[in-house]
Formats: sequence, structure tokens, C-alpha cells
Amino acid sequence: MGSLQKAVPKVINYKKPSFGRTLMQNRTLILMCLPAILFFLIFAYLPMPGAYIAFTNFQYNKGIFASPFVGLKNFQFLFISGQLGLLLRNTVLYNLAFIVLGNILQLAFAIMLNEISSRGYKKTAQSIMFLPYFISDVLVSLLVYNMINYDFGFISHLVRNLGGVMPKVYQDANAWPFIIVLVHLWKSTGYGTVVYFAAITGMDSSMMEAAQIDGANAWQRIRYITLPTLKPTVIILFLFAIGSILKGNFGLFYNLVGNNSMLFKTTDIIETYVYRSMMNSFNFSQSSAVGLFQSVVGFFIVLGANAFVKHLDPDYALF
Amino acid sequence: MTVKKQALPAGMHASHIRKDSSQIMINILTYIFVTVFCIICILPFWMIISSSFATEESIRRAGFTLWPVDFSTYSYELLFRSPDQMIGAYVVTIILTLVGTLIGLFLIAMTGYALQRRDFPYRNKIMFYIYFTSLFSAGLVPFYLLIVQYLNLRDSYFAILLPLLMSSWLIVLMKNFVKAIPHEITESGKIDGAGDFRIFVSLILPNLKPALATIGLFLALSYWNEWYYSSLFLTTKVVYRPLQYHLYNVINKVASLKNSVAGSNVVITDLPGETLKMATAVVATGPIILLYPFVQKYFVAGLTVGAVKG
Repeated sequence: MGSLQKAVPKVINYKKPSFGRTLMQNRTLILMCLPAILFFLIFAYLPMPGAYIAFTNFQYNKGIFASPFVGLKNFQFLFISGQLGLLLRNTVLYNLAFIVLGNILQLAFAIMLNEISSRGYKKTAQSIMFLPYFISDVLVSLLVYNMINYDFGFISHLVRNLGGVMPKVYQDANAWPFIIVLVHLWKSTGYGTVVYFAAITGMDSSMMEAAQIDGANAWQRIRYITLPTLKPTVIILFLFAIGSILKGNFGLFYNLVGNNSMLFKTTDIIETYVYRSMMNSFNFSQSSAVGLFQSVVGFFIVLGANAFVKHLDPDYALF
Repeated sequence: MTVKKQALPAGMHASHIRKDSSQIMINILTYIFVTVFCIICILPFWMIISSSFATEESIRRAGFTLWPVDFSTYSYELLFRSPDQMIGAYVVTIILTLVGTLIGLFLIAMTGYALQRRDFPYRNKIMFYIYFTSLFSAGLVPFYLLIVQYLNLRDSYFAILLPLLMSSWLIVLMKNFVKAIPHEITESGKIDGAGDFRIFVSLILPNLKPALATIGLFLALSYWNEWYYSSLFLTTKVVYRPLQYHLYNVINKVASLKNSVAGSNVVITDLPGETLKMATAVVATGPIILLYPFVQKYFVAGLTVGAVKG
């Protein structure tokens, strides 16, 4: 994205061409962008004024703009009832766990893959680790069900056969932070590992060889060369992840938990609340109030994260 | 400077020269950890396949097992006895995936090329216009109402096809691929008198094959795995649902059936369906898993471009 900043090379212009002329000259390129412009206009910009719904008591038959205006009442309700606080807590804590544990695992596996000398093994391992990324969250929920379902689950039976007591996890809210984090790690570790692995293989190998000749052992090479070289990548990926800390992995949460209200206390995140309160309780106003809160606060967090990245290394800044 | 002469062949790691004890230690740990993690990645898939070939009765008795206790193809027979739903789901999904991927790919490539053209004065403005949508959105509710109330696309496959056509992320990724094509190609086309669109189609597109493969796969995957927009916009009036949404319904119908019976003291184990769910999952997901070994390298390529240059 760095190229966005770069100025268009200045051609010496004796007279600045008029707007209409530039438009005409570039008409083909503009037309080539037109489908994309229309696409984002319709699906991203047109809904924006609709965020007004968060300030109304929405009535479906009247439409958004004819529904009665209620000011900040929807937001007030969400704050006072503690609903928003709970959603924020869950969303942020899950994301923190995903980011911290996810990055540690991804880094560890990327470094390990790099230490493997057999190319065939390396490639096979990479492919297998990447596989869970390919499947839909619908299937993931079935895989999890297959494992931990109380009556038939593979792990449930294993636990019982070993003499342990398997909790009825689909009724036990306390079990789900662990389950969801584990499933998320299962699904995303391969993906992140590939990213870090690419960064490692892109590293200048001369330093490694020099260290080798100077007698550094494998641990020392990882500790003093690989990790420090990866540090900027890690920090930047980390900051951008923090930038989207209010966004949730809706598909995963919704497929694993669904409408099982026994688990909401520990599993409800902003996205699932928004979806459910719209699709199941038809509470469009409150649903959109939560959504708007997420968008606006999230926007400023991204701006902050980007400013921080820019401060560290302008090349990596998004804009 | 004898070091220089020792330049290693590509792909060979410095550790080939000499193995110290810590290297051996790391290798052992690495093989253990990576192998264990790979097993964890594959095991659930195996479990689904194994369970789909078990009998309902054996699952009630022994649960889902690594190897079917009583081997049976009954669930598949049941599935193919009335295959209408499944065939319909396949047809819908294949059409959506093909049409969506082809159109989306072409539009993304066209946009990516125009926005990467140095001599296009509006490129930064348009890029920002596109990029801004990933920073700020109106949220789900206004989007939903737009589709349902204003565009009247409820129960229409267009409500699934259209929103997945493009994303700012894929356009940025495409731009990064286009960046690698020398500007001279465009220049030479201009000198030959070709228009911008002509240059794109006959000079740029052929050079974009790896990009088209990678981004096409990302698109195809999002269409193939689609269940989200279906769950938002397709009601029960729609007979043939996309595959993953069909699977979603099969899974949750049985689950809700189970929930409704759980309170009434009926023995849960009397209900059929566990093996059927697993068999549906196998049939719905099988093709993508079989294709996976052949296509995954393009994903890796895409991630690398996106990560290193992005």
C-alpha cells in the first residue's frame, strides 16, 4: 500500500489540462474502474446513511427514514443493561487470546518448518497445516461436535474410557472460551505459519551463514538472528490485529454456538449479537446500534494502529 | 573470503554443513511437534469419514470411533435414495462458483490494472474510495435492509452472487501482482496504438496467470464455502440451497430436533441422523478436499505476495 503515497511522476506541464480534458483522456481507464466503483457504491456506501436506523425505533413497514427518531435511547439501553459491556469484554478478550497465542504458535511453527531440511516433509507439513483454513465454518462445527458431543463424541468417549468425567460441554458456558480458542488456533495456525515462513525464507541468508561460521549453535541462531529479523513483521502484524480487535470471527462463533443461549455469557461477541438480534428477535434498532458502535470505535482504533505503524516504519503503513 | 565460494544451492539450509548437538535437538523437537500438529489437523476429517461409514447403532453404543465398529454404507444409500436436494445444492453451488469467480476475477484484474497504471491521475483517489470501505462500514443491519427492502433480492441467488464478487483486499492483492509487470509492456502497447482496454486484455492478462490462479482460488473458495449470505437472504421458499448452507440445515435440523425432544424424556439415542449428517458433510466437502493438494500452492503464493509486499 506504500505506493498510495508516492506522487505521480511530475510531467512538465506548460498548461494544466482542464478537468474535462483529463476525464476524456482517461475515459477508458475510468470505465475499467467503473464496475468496482459501482460495486462499492452499492454494497458499501449506499448502506452508510442507513446507519441512521440506530437512532430510531425502527418499524419495518415504514422503512428506515420514516421510523420515529429516538436519539441515543438504543445506545443508552445497551449501556445500562450491561449488554454492550459484556459483548465488548468477550470480543476483546477472545481477540487478544487469538492474537497472542496465534502469533506465538505461528512463529514457532514457521521457525520449525525452516529448520526442517527434508523438502518433501516441509511441503507436506505446510499443506496439511493449511488444510483447516480451506473448510467452511459449518463443517468445523460438525468436526467439533464429532469430537466433544457428550453422548457420542470421540474425546468424550476417550475421557470416559480413561476413567475421567466428561462435562456436558454444550451446556457448560465455562468450557467454551477454551474450545473456541483451540478451534480458532486449529483453523488459523497454518495460514499464519505460511505468512511468517515466507518472511523467514525471504531473509538474507548471509547472516545465517556468517553466524554458522562464527560457531553459533542452532538455538543461538534462532534467538539472535531469526527472531530479531522477524521482529518488525511481528510487530506490524500485531498492531494491525489490534486495529481490528472489535471485529469477530462471526462464522466460527455462530456455527459453534448457534442459538444455544446457555453459552452466551461467555461466547456472545458483537457480530453474533448483531446477527441474532436482527434475524431472530427482529430488533433492528438495537442490533444496528451495536453495529454502529463497533464500526465507529473500530475505525478510530484502526486509525490509531496505523498511525503507530507509520511512526515505526512508514513503508508498512496502510495509508 | 572463502565463504563466498561456499554459496549454497537454492533450498539448501546452512545446517547441511555441520550438525551441532543443538541442531539435532531442534530437529527432533521439530519433527515431533510438526508431526503431532499435522495429525491434529487431519484427525477430525478422518473422524467424519469414519463416522459416516458406521452404523447408527454402533455410534450410540461406542460413540464416534477412529475406525467404524460396524462398517456400513447405509447413510450413503439413504442420501442417494432421494438425491434431489444434494444434486440441486451441487448445481447451485457450481454455477454460483463458476459465474462469480469468472466475473469477479475479470473485474478485479481490470480494476487492479487501471489502479496500478502510473499515468492514471485518479488512481489514488479511486483506491482510497475502495480502501475506505474496509476501514468503515455501516454494519450488518443497513446492508441487510438494502438487499431486502430496497434491492428486493430476498430469495434471489443474486444476493449471494453479487456481494462476494469483489473485496478491497483482493483488489489490493491484484495490484501487488500487477506491480511486478514492467510498465514497458503498457508503453509498447501504446506505441502500437492499442487502447487501454485492449492493452489490458491482450498484453496484461496473459502475464497475470499466477495472479488469476491465486485470486481466482480465493474467490472460488468464498463461493464454495458460502453459507452466510444464504442464511441471511434465502428463506425456506428457496428449494435448492448452496451446499454449505444445505449442510448447515442438515446439521441444525437434527440438533433442533434433538433439543426439542431432550425436554420430553424421550431417549435421545432413538433418533437417527448422526451418520447421515456425517455422510452429508463428506459429500458436500469431498470435492474441495480432493482438489486441495493441487491448488494449495497458489494460496501459498498469494499469501506470500500479500504478506511481503502488502
